[in-house]
Amino acid sequence: MGRKLIFGFFAIVLAVSFVFISGQAMAAEKKKAGPTQFFGILIYRTGPFAAGGSGIGSGWEDFMELRNMQGGVNGIKYSWEECETAYNTARGVECYERLKDKMVLVHPLSTGITYALIPRGTKEHKVVVSSGYGRADASDGCVFPWVFTTPTNYWSQNSAKIKFIGKQMGGMDKLKGLKIANLYIDIPYGQETKPMLDALGKKFGFTVRHFPVPWPGIDQKAQWLDIVRRYKADWVINRNWGVSCTVPLKEAARLGFPGNRILGVWWCGSEEDVLPAGPAAKGYYTANWHGVGRNFPLIQEIIDKVYGKMKGHISFTRVGTVYWNRGVYTAVINEEAMRTAHKKFGVKVLTGDEMRWGMENLNITAERIKEIGLEGFMAPIKTSCENHEGGKTVLFQQWDGNKWVKVDEIAPMTDFVWKRIKASAAKYAKEKGITPRDCSKVD
Amino acid sequence: MFYRECGVLKETYAKDMAIFPIPLDRWGLGVMLVLAFVVIPFTASDYWLSSIMLPFYCFSLAALGLNFLTGYAGQVSIGHAAFMAVGAYSSLILYGRYGVPLPLSIFGGGIFASAAGTIFGIPSLRIKGFYLAVSTLAAQFIIEWVLTHWQWVSGGVFGTIDAPDMYIFGWIIDTPVKKYYLVLCVLTLLTVFGKNLVRGQLGRNWTAIRDMDVAAEIIGVSLFRNKLIAFAVSSFYAGVAGSLITFTYYLAANIEEFNLFLSFHLLGMIIIGGMGTVLGSFFGAGFMTLLPIFINQTLLTIMERVPSDIRANSEAIVFGGLIVFFLIVEPYGMARLWQTIKEKMRLWPFPY
Repeated sequence: MGRKLIFGFFAIVLAVSFVFISGQAMAAEKKKAGPTQFFGILIYRTGPFAAGGSGIGSGWEDFMELRNMQGGVNGIKYSWEECETAYNTARGVECYERLKDKMVLVHPLSTGITYALIPRGTKEHKVVVSSGYGRADASDGCVFPWVFTTPTNYWSQNSAKIKFIGKQMGGMDKLKGLKIANLYIDIPYGQETKPMLDALGKKFGFTVRHFPVPWPGIDQKAQWLDIVRRYKADWVINRNWGVSCTVPLKEAARLGFPGNRILGVWWCGSEEDVLPAGPAAKGYYTANWHGVGRNFPLIQEIIDKVYGKMKGHISFTRVGTVYWNRGVYTAVINEEAMRTAHKKFGVKVLTGDEMRWGMENLNITAERIKEIGLEGFMAPIKTSCENHEGGKTVLFQQWDGNKWVKVDEIAPMTDFVWKRIKASAAKYAKEKGITPRDCSKVD
Repeated sequence: MFYRECGVLKETYAKDMAIFPIPLDRWGLGVMLVLAFVVIPFTASDYWLSSIMLPFYCFSLAALGLNFLTGYAGQVSIGHAAFMAVGAYSSLILYGRYGVPLPLSIFGGGIFASAAGTIFGIPSLRIKGFYLAVSTLAAQFIIEWVLTHWQWVSGGVFGTIDAPDMYIFGWIIDTPVKKYYLVLCVLTLLTVFGKNLVRGQLGRNWTAIRDMDVAAEIIGVSLFRNKLIAFAVSSFYAGVAGSLITFTYYLAANIEEFNLFLSFHLLGMIIIGGMGTVLGSFFGAGFMTLLPIFINQTLLTIMERVPSDIRANSEAIVFGGLIVFFLIVEPYGMARLWQTIKEKMRLWPFPY
């Protein structure tokens, strides 16, 4: 019995490998139609963070599907391949290595993979875009020429959050004496903003206390008792990720802490995070960098043309959710970089260096945003050799019990943040022995 | 005959104590070594070298370490990822901040990990089985916590140290082939050492402790010494593996890579590969690291029209199914299959 099973298994393996090899040959033949700009999509449809990965990947693919139907970007069509990372760094690097010959720009979509790809991208001339995650100091283009944090990073976000809290309290002077609890998941991602908040606390005279939540953060009872009963916090900053995002909302409701005094990070601000909390989530604020919902001409077009022809990449109910929209945003940034590069280098399939030039010279004005059909969806972006962040506003949204509603747009404290970005990047450059490039000499 | 003892005449003591008494094994090993040292680096693409073979070798080494502890000495550990992390961080600090030569840094990482492992091995003298497993779980959490919070180690707010360029005596190791050779040399060295370790007095002591510790103590095997040595050796291997994978593959020491999940993964490798066998560590590491990629690639081509979320999830389903399948067919692990084949060959063509 055992032997038969084993031989049966080997027979299956052989058969499958045969199919695999012949399938690859077939696939290779199929792809000969015209030059395309290739994107490797490193996402995770499985694992604990599948909600984020599947939404972003699908939004991005749906946008590219639409452009291909319309004839591509200046005639250059998109092609792409998905690679499942399951949020695992080893798998993510494998994906990058497998697809790197074809792609010129990569979104790692995970902090760990970002760290692993920064040295690789820099060496192999691939643009690494970590939108709103990864290292905040990578916004400094002098030290990180190949890394972009467009449109914004964690440090900018936190300075905007403090401004938002000030506005909600009725003025920045009202911050004095306020008690803010920074509830964070106890991994490097969670810790990244601690010094930033401490510095802001000193500047504006409010107290910050940090409450670590051990990974994976499903139980936060002790922290919440501490926050509400002992510390008596006025505001709570929710810096969690995945399953741990929802827990604070329930705990707050249990202890009678008002939902509209919790302010989440942008990775805790999707439908998937608040729906499980039910009515407890009502009033909850989070940061974001793009609009929500389906009421934008471009998104209507995607619904009409892509989903109308049953070519969508995710179930229709998720179209217009936060993560799906984030995917569309990602795709728009890529495309604008391509168009910018096309203007300088001519319309063709871009190389890594040309794509990098495009990313570095992005100038998405309000008129251009309207032209794309995304008015009110995103803020203007202007990158430069030094500034790889580019965005000037952080959006804030509130959960009204059924949907997210955009409530505010706030500019981060740019000078305050950039001083720290510069210092941190300089330290990195020193450790790694990098000579920062002189941006005044770059055209 | 080349595939059985019959006709293999052992004329000297050295021949009697050979690692591989059967010629088939010796030749097989020779072929594998030629394959690993000559054929693969010259034929495989950079993709294969850098993203398939490197993690496979590093995880094999870590699994081998865990196998000494769990497979040979019978002490369950679910904190091995943390020992890998200690190795990774300490070797990067030694090399990057203090300029210790690369080979010494890699082994230095192993030594620091081994010190950490020995400390967390002390409870094994009083508690056994599941209870010991829980105390090694504590190692996982404590080490993770320390590495995240000790700013001097993790180098600032990002909790991550980037791996600097690697130089051995002024010679830069940057291409996948060079990295491959670096990892392969360390792996070969440590495997030969480990194989001899488990064949010698120490390995026999461990086996005795695993099979019945009271009996072992009565015949004069010091539990204190041997258990702690098992922890030390095992975490040394884990530390070296951690430092190698960080230097060559992750390129940055980030504590998130060495989480509890990886500890379970390593334990899964030795259970599927074969507890108490050196070969099994390699089989297990191959199974756990390469098979998901293979399944994923296969599904990509045969299921092109299927929605991508179903495709992504079916990888986990197929992989889980295969684990169950292998454990039902061969509960002693894949290394046991090879053992069975060899035993059958001894009797062939006249089995009884």
